[in-house]
Amino acid sequence: MPHAFPLFPVQASSAAPGVDQLFYFLIAVSVFFSALIFLLIFYFAIKYRRRSKDEAPPKNQVTNSIQLEVLWTVIPMVLVAVMYFWGADIFVRDARPPRNATEVFVVGKQWMWQIEHTNGKREINALHIPVDQPIKLTMTSQDVIHDFSVPAFRMKNDVLPDRYTTEWFKATRTGKFHLFCDQYCGMGHSLMRGWVYVMKPEDYERWLRSDVTGITMADQGETLYHNLGCITCHGTGKGPAFAGLYGKPVKLSDGQTVVANDAYLRESILYPTAQIVNGYSPIMPTFKGQVSEDQVLQLIAYIKSLGSTESNTGAP
Amino acid sequence: MSSPEVELPIESRVHYLNAGYGIKSWLLTTDHKRIGLMYLVSITFFFCFGGIAATLMRLNLLEPQGLLVEPETYNKLFSMHGIIMVFFFLIPSIPAVLGNFLIPMMIGARDVAFPRLNLLSWYVFMTGGLLALYAVIAGGVDTGWTFYTPLSTAYSNTHVMAAAAGVFIAGFSSILTGMNFVVTIHKMRAPGLSWFRLPLFIWAMYATSIIFILGTPVIAISLALVGLERWFHVGIFDPALGGDPLLFQHMFWFYSHPAVYVMILPSMGVISELVTAFSKKKIFGYHFIAFSSIAIAAIGFLVWGHHMFISGQSIYAGLVFSALSFAVAIPSAIKVFNWTATLYKGSISYEAPMLYALGFIGLFTIGGLTGLFLATLAVDQHVHDTYFVVAHFHYIMVGGAVMGYLGGIHYWWPKISGRLYPDGWARVAAIIIFVGFNLTFFPQFILGYLGMPRRYAVYPAEFHTLNVVSTAGASILGLGYVIPLVYLIWSMRYGPEAGPNPWHATGLEWTTASPPPTHNFEETPVVTEEPYAYDRLAEEIQVV
Amino acid sequence: MSNSHAVVAEQFDDRAQQHEASSLGMWIFLATEIMFFGGLFTAYTVYRNIHTAAFETASHLLNAKLGAFNTAVLICSSLTMALAVQAAQMGKRKRLITYLLSTMALGLVFIYIKFILEWHHDFLEGLAPGLHFTYAGPHASRVELFFCFYFIMTGVHALHMIVGEGVMTVLLVMAWRGAFSQERYNPIEMMGLYWHFVDIVWIFLFPLLYLLGARF
Repeated sequence: MPHAFPLFPVQASSAAPGVDQLFYFLIAVSVFFSALIFLLIFYFAIKYRRRSKDEAPPKNQVTNSIQLEVLWTVIPMVLVAVMYFWGADIFVRDARPPRNATEVFVVGKQWMWQIEHTNGKREINALHIPVDQPIKLTMTSQDVIHDFSVPAFRMKNDVLPDRYTTEWFKATRTGKFHLFCDQYCGMGHSLMRGWVYVMKPEDYERWLRSDVTGITMADQGETLYHNLGCITCHGTGKGPAFAGLYGKPVKLSDGQTVVANDAYLRESILYPTAQIVNGYSPIMPTFKGQVSEDQVLQLIAYIKSLGSTESNTGAP
Repeated sequence: MSSPEVELPIESRVHYLNAGYGIKSWLLTTDHKRIGLMYLVSITFFFCFGGIAATLMRLNLLEPQGLLVEPETYNKLFSMHGIIMVFFFLIPSIPAVLGNFLIPMMIGARDVAFPRLNLLSWYVFMTGGLLALYAVIAGGVDTGWTFYTPLSTAYSNTHVMAAAAGVFIAGFSSILTGMNFVVTIHKMRAPGLSWFRLPLFIWAMYATSIIFILGTPVIAISLALVGLERWFHVGIFDPALGGDPLLFQHMFWFYSHPAVYVMILPSMGVISELVTAFSKKKIFGYHFIAFSSIAIAAIGFLVWGHHMFISGQSIYAGLVFSALSFAVAIPSAIKVFNWTATLYKGSISYEAPMLYALGFIGLFTIGGLTGLFLATLAVDQHVHDTYFVVAHFHYIMVGGAVMGYLGGIHYWWPKISGRLYPDGWARVAAIIIFVGFNLTFFPQFILGYLGMPRRYAVYPAEFHTLNVVSTAGASILGLGYVIPLVYLIWSMRYGPEAGPNPWHATGLEWTTASPPPTHNFEETPVVTEEPYAYDRLAEEIQVV
Repeated sequence: MSNSHAVVAEQFDDRAQQHEASSLGMWIFLATEIMFFGGLFTAYTVYRNIHTAAFETASHLLNAKLGAFNTAVLICSSLTMALAVQAAQMGKRKRLITYLLSTMALGLVFIYIKFILEWHHDFLEGLAPGLHFTYAGPHASRVELFFCFYFIMTGVHALHMIVGEGVMTVLLVMAWRGAFSQERYNPIEMMGLYWHFVDIVWIFLFPLLYLLGARF
């Protein structure tokens, strides 16, 4: 049933109107200059058309003008400076998620999205979120590079193997919005899609508690902490303790200080000898191959649940 | 320089086309003009393959569920389309065909500095191209022309090595060509031909050659590392070994961004020639256009990170690359204004080359302006890897570079073949191409902002209408490309003889016969005046 | 162009133009080589800065004495190459042949040490990524990354040396046949430029690969 022919996706996030406004400005500038050039070309081509085959080339040709060169260098420079600063401003301001953002974890793999909420609820190729609440996605890939793209939110970010990337958004209207994989990832790339469901807070709470065992990500992480034997060192002083660790600055044996954020904790589990905490021996075995990406996220959730330090918990 | 008074008919003269017959005289030639023609045949051959891939892609996209092929096949089609069009058509097109043919003639030389290396470059190009074609025939490659890791190194099951090897080898062809051009332009100019008397096509080719020389080796090493990782399972870009897939992206785009300037700068050089010849006017702002070419090449090496704004790259890098990307747009804008100003008070005619030139200016303007959208960080976050990007680069590369190429082929066709093509048909084809092109690619801007990702074999139904419009346009565009193929070949036999200077244009290439003798000039010319001296031509005609 | 007369190729006006053109051509070719190796060096430097401890550990596994000896060998070969160029400029055929042979011999010494004494040894020690890598010490995965770079960088360098040996063989035969004289020695000069470049690449490679982490 054809109705209004859409030129823009719906504005469903707090960032969308700002991006669209800048887009309109860019369109205005582009239309102006395209029209200017097109019209000048048409006008000159017609007004100065050769009227006879043997018409002589024009005399007294004007072939340079410093004033004009300066004019059409400076004006574009000013315009692109506006574009740059405007775009950079939005980009930088929106680079870090607000402190109160709800965390959701995404593992991308060929060719599906596995999403896990902190309360343990999982979904595939779908993301349910509440409206008007910032959501921070911590994402990783199990294989190749993917990209978590939600056009209605004007937001996307690549999802990389062996590291975490983040993106955040705040949905401003309820509804169902496309989720696309937007970094070519092989055969099923165009099938790696789904939906983001933005719900009213009450509906979201109800959804969150449905079909869930009551076991949160942190609970699962705690189980792993015992089953994998982490407790034998980290619970006895042989390894660094976890209480209050998340977000805390950590002094390393080589003198550097790093922050115990998601990336640091992941690396500590999978590549324990890369960075040794000052005062401890490099005796931790690697758990690479023994834990999946979502199990790593559960372990991190557990560590976080033992108390976190208010500080910069993640680089953009 | 006045044209010779008496011109012998083509058949009774010895010129570069009939000086030696037989396949060996072509395959072992060191004549830059013959080598240019060999490249012309080769890249047209590859263009057909790339075009067939595009046709199948657009047909497939007629239906949201994919009309024609499975996603697996579609992925191979877009990969081959990109690899063939970028590396085996666009990058060589104007440099290897028109550059080879014209540079010595435009500077009054007998040949390029290293004619045997020139021939070698063609063989190297063909080896690379045939290796890439082998990859197609053997089953295709599905990594995209961008070969991102770890997909290309560890996950793709297709003929990545053959395709990467083909591109690697063809890169040496670019390097040899660039080397030849720089040395030729520096060391072999005719007496009196100072740098600021050179035609702007030469400036554009010089800037392009700098990029060939400095940029191509980096993609060579990038692809070599991909090949090594794939073959030996050693992990430069493998996170498990501490490697970083982003490093590949940095290395790849360090070349591939300047490569897009390789694709557009020669076209810009052609446009400078066409706009002057068909408005019988000196170019407006010669020095500004010349220096803009150099500026584009130089700044073009500093912007590669704009392909990676949301790749996981730091935002600080993003800020720097965004600023530089805006900077590189300014010299292009300067050129567009100068070309337009050249038309002012000119004496303008509408032969096909001029239609291509005017079309170029309009479409390049749109393409260039949409580049600003992509340089804008906050907007790129939305349109990265969508059809908006696809539309942007096709406006530049097809609406820009290919139209410049076709304009140049038509303009210099009389010099190359000695004959005139039928201009009526040529104008019709140019207009069909212009219309078909816009119908194909303008809807893609809209599709992109709506969110349709690129490299998608199937898509949500809401994008259907615009895809149908785009495919319809593509069929018109395809028809437009076939027409010149027909009449240009026809003209080689049946076209009227052109004479040395059918366009009454300035430039050393027009002072010698069409087709030229093997050594280009009977006597080395001596240059005493500015380029595009149409005002002096005006006085000459006045005197007569 | 392989006779003893000074021949000017037909695209050039005179010998001076031909000489200048081929020199500029060789410098441009070297610029492309700088970019090619530069890509490798950049990648290596990035990883060396990220994984400093691992790369230092790995660097200590290389035989710096052999590396240093090889450096000396190459520097000497650059000396003999420069002397060959001088001999060619002076038209001294026997001396030219002697110095060319010396350069080639020193190059072969380098290649022997590199492939037989170093690479083969590293393979036996289980330090060859992708083929035989058994190192199990600290930072094993990053050490493997180091050795990827080690083999690729020294391998590409050695490839350039082998090509150089091949071209020198051709020049040697031409010199034997008396192709070079005081009027015509440009190919030897160009070979000299190339060989010095290969030497300089090694002079960067040696400390970057062998001398990490203050071992002396």
